[in-house]
Amino acid sequence: MADLFIGDDIADEIETAAVKAAIGVPTAVVRETERLVYGGANRRHDHRHLLLPALHGLQNAKGWISPGGLNHVCELLQVPPAEAYGVATFYEMFRLDEPDHPSEVAHVTHVCVDAACQIAANEELIAELESNGEHVHRSPCLGQCERAPAQFRQGIGRPDSVPADAVEVARQIPQQGDPSLRLLRNVGVVDPTSLDAYRANGGYLALAKAIEMGPAEVCTAVADSGLSGRGGAAFPTGVKWRAVAAERGRPKHVVANCDESEPGTFKDRIVMEQDPFAVIESLTLAGFATGAENGWIYIRGEYPLATARLENAVIQAREAGLLGDDAAGSGHHFDIEIRRGAGAYICGEETALFASLEGFRGEPRSKPPFPTTHGLFREPTAINNPETLINTLGIVLHGAEDYRSRGTERSPGTKLLCVSGRVSEPGLYEVEFGTTLGQVLDLAGPLTGSGTLAAVLMGGAAGSFVGPDALDMPLTLEDTRERGTTLGSGVVMAFTDEIDMTGVLVRIAEFFKNESCGQCVPCRVGTVRQHETMVQIQAKGSLSAQRRSLVDDIAEVMVDASICGLGHTAASAVNSAMDLGLLSKSNGEGPQFRERS
Amino acid sequence: MTVTEVSVNLTINGQAVSVPEGTSIHKACESAGIETPTLCWAENLTPVNVCRVCVVEVEGSRALVPSCARAVEDEMVVQTDSPRVRHSRKMVLEFLGSSVDLSQATELAEWMRHYGADPDRYDQPGLVAERISEEPKIQDDLYIRDYDKCVLCYKCVEACGDDAQHTYAIAVSGRGFDARISTEFDTVLPDSACVYCGNCIGVCPTGAIQFKTEFDMRAAGEWRPDEQDVTTTVCSFCGVGCNLELHTQDDRIVKVTSPADHSVTHGHLCIKGRFGWQYVQPPTRK
Amino acid sequence: MFGAGGGTSSYEEVEETDVVLLWGSNAREAHPIYFHHLLKGLDNGARMYSVDPRRTSSSKFADAWLGLNVGTDIALANAVGREIIAAGLHNTDFIAHSTQGFEHYKAAVEQYTLEAAEEITGVPAHAIRELAHDYATADTAQILWTLGITEHHNAVENVLSLCNLALLTGHVGRWGSGLVPLRGQNNVQGGGDMGALPNKFPGFQDVEDPVALAKFEAAYHMSLPNKPGLHLTLMFEAMERGEIKGLYVIGENPADSEADVAHARKLLDGLDILVVQDILMTRTAEMADVVLPAAVGWAESEGTVTSSERRVQRVRAAVSPPGEARQDTDIIGDLANRLGVDWGTPTPQDLWDELRSLSPLHAGMSWERLESEGGLQWPCRDSDDPGSAFLHGWLWADDLEGRNPASFSACHHEGPKEQLSDEFPLRLTTGRALDSYNTGVQSGGYASPIRYGAGVDVNPADAARLGLGDGDRVRVCSPRGSVETSVRIQPDIPEGLTFTTFHFPELVDVNQLTNPEWDPRSGTAEFKAAAVRIEPVENQRPEQLTPSTDPATTPADG
Repeated sequence: MADLFIGDDIADEIETAAVKAAIGVPTAVVRETERLVYGGANRRHDHRHLLLPALHGLQNAKGWISPGGLNHVCELLQVPPAEAYGVATFYEMFRLDEPDHPSEVAHVTHVCVDAACQIAANEELIAELESNGEHVHRSPCLGQCERAPAQFRQGIGRPDSVPADAVEVARQIPQQGDPSLRLLRNVGVVDPTSLDAYRANGGYLALAKAIEMGPAEVCTAVADSGLSGRGGAAFPTGVKWRAVAAERGRPKHVVANCDESEPGTFKDRIVMEQDPFAVIESLTLAGFATGAENGWIYIRGEYPLATARLENAVIQAREAGLLGDDAAGSGHHFDIEIRRGAGAYICGEETALFASLEGFRGEPRSKPPFPTTHGLFREPTAINNPETLINTLGIVLHGAEDYRSRGTERSPGTKLLCVSGRVSEPGLYEVEFGTTLGQVLDLAGPLTGSGTLAAVLMGGAAGSFVGPDALDMPLTLEDTRERGTTLGSGVVMAFTDEIDMTGVLVRIAEFFKNESCGQCVPCRVGTVRQHETMVQIQAKGSLSAQRRSLVDDIAEVMVDASICGLGHTAASAVNSAMDLGLLSKSNGEGPQFRERS
Repeated sequence: MTVTEVSVNLTINGQAVSVPEGTSIHKACESAGIETPTLCWAENLTPVNVCRVCVVEVEGSRALVPSCARAVEDEMVVQTDSPRVRHSRKMVLEFLGSSVDLSQATELAEWMRHYGADPDRYDQPGLVAERISEEPKIQDDLYIRDYDKCVLCYKCVEACGDDAQHTYAIAVSGRGFDARISTEFDTVLPDSACVYCGNCIGVCPTGAIQFKTEFDMRAAGEWRPDEQDVTTTVCSFCGVGCNLELHTQDDRIVKVTSPADHSVTHGHLCIKGRFGWQYVQPPTRK
Repeated sequence: MFGAGGGTSSYEEVEETDVVLLWGSNAREAHPIYFHHLLKGLDNGARMYSVDPRRTSSSKFADAWLGLNVGTDIALANAVGREIIAAGLHNTDFIAHSTQGFEHYKAAVEQYTLEAAEEITGVPAHAIRELAHDYATADTAQILWTLGITEHHNAVENVLSLCNLALLTGHVGRWGSGLVPLRGQNNVQGGGDMGALPNKFPGFQDVEDPVALAKFEAAYHMSLPNKPGLHLTLMFEAMERGEIKGLYVIGENPADSEADVAHARKLLDGLDILVVQDILMTRTAEMADVVLPAAVGWAESEGTVTSSERRVQRVRAAVSPPGEARQDTDIIGDLANRLGVDWGTPTPQDLWDELRSLSPLHAGMSWERLESEGGLQWPCRDSDDPGSAFLHGWLWADDLEGRNPASFSACHHEGPKEQLSDEFPLRLTTGRALDSYNTGVQSGGYASPIRYGAGVDVNPADAARLGLGDGDRVRVCSPRGSVETSVRIQPDIPEGLTFTTFHFPELVDVNQLTNPEWDPRSGTAEFKAAAVRIEPVENQRPEQLTPSTDPATTPADG
């Protein structure tokens, strides 16, 4: 509770209606009679998680969050206005100052300025849109790298949309229909809006089998399969699930981390858009295996089609008895709530995601304690991304042995790769672990333009660059680690020697500076100083000796002392580019960079 | 009330240390006579471990760990003065020194000397390192807020909110380097939820929030901490019995704090305790 | 309670309790740092019920606010007791072992059904039931109260009706459970402890107890009265009868703070001699024949004060007293000297040591221990005694430590002395605001940005009926007098109730309105319940709501 002090500004009818549509009529305070009012800390805590949806409602209604609108939400949810303001200002998609464009504007167009779009003439698109009178917002990666340059329309008084969503699936998944596909087998083949179609193609057989097996055996199968998390950290999924299953006596949660925001990554978006029931089924399966009653989907705000498809899938699954009390005949209650992020890369970090979902600023929390004991609402939580989750369906259906028959001993199974950049068939590819980088690039067709391959960005902005000498590298967790790079979230972005890599690196540095939550000093200031270094290189073509000595100092403290993975990896791509000489190459006679130790 | 204490044995800088279970590494270091710089940590606040100046190296942990927030574990092996630790501490101090005005953060100055932090090395010909640049906010007769000095340690937010006052008049807004401590829409403090308990002042390590009396005396060149005495007494404004530390200079009270380790206040006061002393020395009482 | 005048519990206990009844207390504003401890309790999962006619800033932290009619506390408490008994939730073992008078109590509360209580108090019956069940079934629970309970003509009965609930459930004498009256001033507790009560020697030893009398007479080398003296209210009555002709006032401002203050001023005016010893020129001091300027106790003097958790702590001199101001002890010593008694020049520590030799509750509290242990809670009987976190643990001892069981008290609802009428249809109650204190003598000395200011809070419906807008000037009239002030329309105050603080007597002389009817046992006047009428003032004039920020120009502050 708080000394709730609400200022004089009041919401208008449009705002109150939008908030009501977003969160209904909350009961954080109930004035039963003039002499009896229920309130207090417990009610306030129970309602706080409605803050983010309420802010979305306000933003959409007016194109900004007004003081009156914020006051209204604060009164309803009993959230102190300063805290609500702190939350609202955390997110890229919310604005807290009145826009200067007229209120009848239908949307603001976000255009991506990150690497894949940067090298796909995004500035020309921006200029064109602006000349057509569009209101353009320069946005970090929109997760549509296969169709760069990417756009996203943030609606005002109408739904958000993505113009490119009209494009047929084949352009996104060149392998569509290939019978050897495991994770993408439904994609482009099964109607993503129909539960019946999903079931007709084997959907919900895995959940049925899991219920037959029982939770412990499901956890064993997942552990035996060797499945590890596909978000970059590669933590063993079975270990995570077993830890949550072992927790007793408190509410438990499973969370689908659909806040895919790593520049270059779009795999989960396509899975959610084209096979949403698989995400729902696998999350239900995770709930069953861990004994969690609450399923949450936290999806990034710039994914309107995926959100709509998942919402539809949840409704259909609920109607069919696959969610709710006795979900799918399991004897176990399980249901799913969907929450939209609002534009914050950091919220892909699991503890930041929890904070965001709970209605707080998306700031990462210290680990330990880990999510398996102190996750969402500080309760036991298993959190996985869609790619990881849908892997479990095949594991349960066909067994761990079958799963391990693909891939390598230490990296079993298949991997989704987001191939983009200067390739002729960018898109989402599923390959067995162990396929080489060269083979993957071959799958994606010849390079475009007239240059030759200069570098490949592996794993996204948080990953690193490799040179053409890495084409023979098998794509496994162990091989990439050995070669000093990472698979990360599955980004494979090709750059040719025509490209101004310094510009790309300045932008990567800017990305981290903009996306740092600001909580810890090494990352908050380190990303700024790193960006300043890159700007200096761009301006002068070289670094002073003194500045050069700082580069490693800055990287080291960010890696050593930041709270979370954002800071730990913020220097990775930049430093790998320096090591590869990518900057000197594009700038004539540039500085000589020291070998990586 | 009876707590059975279980001991945990660990090694710090090669020295065997035994402390009760649940002790932080920071406190364990203290018990072993090892000083640790802190900034966002305070005796009377829940650790938020955001400043990272207290990091130590723990064997088996890839990244350094914040000693203020991490509890000791049996057989833990801790280094507090390894090259990595020294480097991170130095860099954190440099980063802060290159971004904000630390002139009133007297404790930090000693640590900066200790670790050889050189905040000036971020400025280059043709490149001035970005700094937080804010004018002091003077909106009433009790506080000033000078975010030019703010290291974003979250202490004021914690004291205003969860850890003491539960008023939540201020919070962190924005993100990254643009993050600031702010009221909603940066509204002036008297129009906010603020109840002027001054607990934010009590915990601020850099003078970013301070008594208006202190600010004015500093501006006039009359603030002389070396000549100040501190006397502990009890507040007169209700029957709770809050301990007050009266800071006096030239036989006049110049500011009021409360001891963080006192069982009644835990270092926190209300507006009357913090500011109500002025009647002791009005012009009419001479 | 049960024989000793102090709150039973330590502050820390409320951090660990399960249920809190905050009854007639706006601790958020009147005891802000105690409220921090309470907030920790709420953060740790405690549930809180706020019983208060107003939905105060404290009430807003409560799981449920029960807005009872002013002066109906006994009806509500009795209904809670009856419901606990009716539901079989009373602690029969504790009642049998540690209490007496249960059957009498049970019979007395029988008439207070939930429905009857709803009728009297205005609080929905089901909410009373919820409170009763939650309090009775909690492992630990505390009842906290302040002047909302004690500033009534039946103050002691109000308190006893709450004590009954603790006896009924065994929520007393254990860690986490207790009865906590929060003291309004830094040494109200200490004053009582030191014998500044008409019927007690230091350490709550009765003046009528011959053993105690003999002990004190021997220690003081003189004979002492063996009959209780007069408390403040009786003193004013004695002044009215002409029996008291001279008054020596130390650090009190009755010319502003007494109920029906116009009458009180008249009595002070009629004295043969009025001596005032104070740190500032209060309104009372201005009326005095002799003013003795004194040092500020907590900033210019050495000594001790005692808090609401019975913690004796040191106050220390940080600055010198200005001008001719002197230490209270020196003034009193010199006065004694002029009256022919030589008390020498004892130091504060000398005085403390004498007290320890006479009050067993304080015997173990050496000056050194007070310094080194950050204060001690009485009883602290010898140098090895760590002090007492809570009182009445004996209630749980097999042999009750040889004491008599604690008694239930049958109390009945009476309501405020002053009934509402057609002429005075609104209830006026008074209280504190966060940044101010009593008559503003001290708190007027600083420029608070959040000063609530003088004014009367009125429910929107009442304001509409009276045709009043926010900020309008009104005259508030009670049977005793009238004051001019401005209206604050305040949705958190129920219809029919009005509220004002008493911090700005120089602007609005609120105590001209309050009712001097007083409780025969405690001597406290019924500040909390007057009947008033509000009428618009025709010639609106802008009012200076906030006292001047410069103490020099503050109009004498009373």
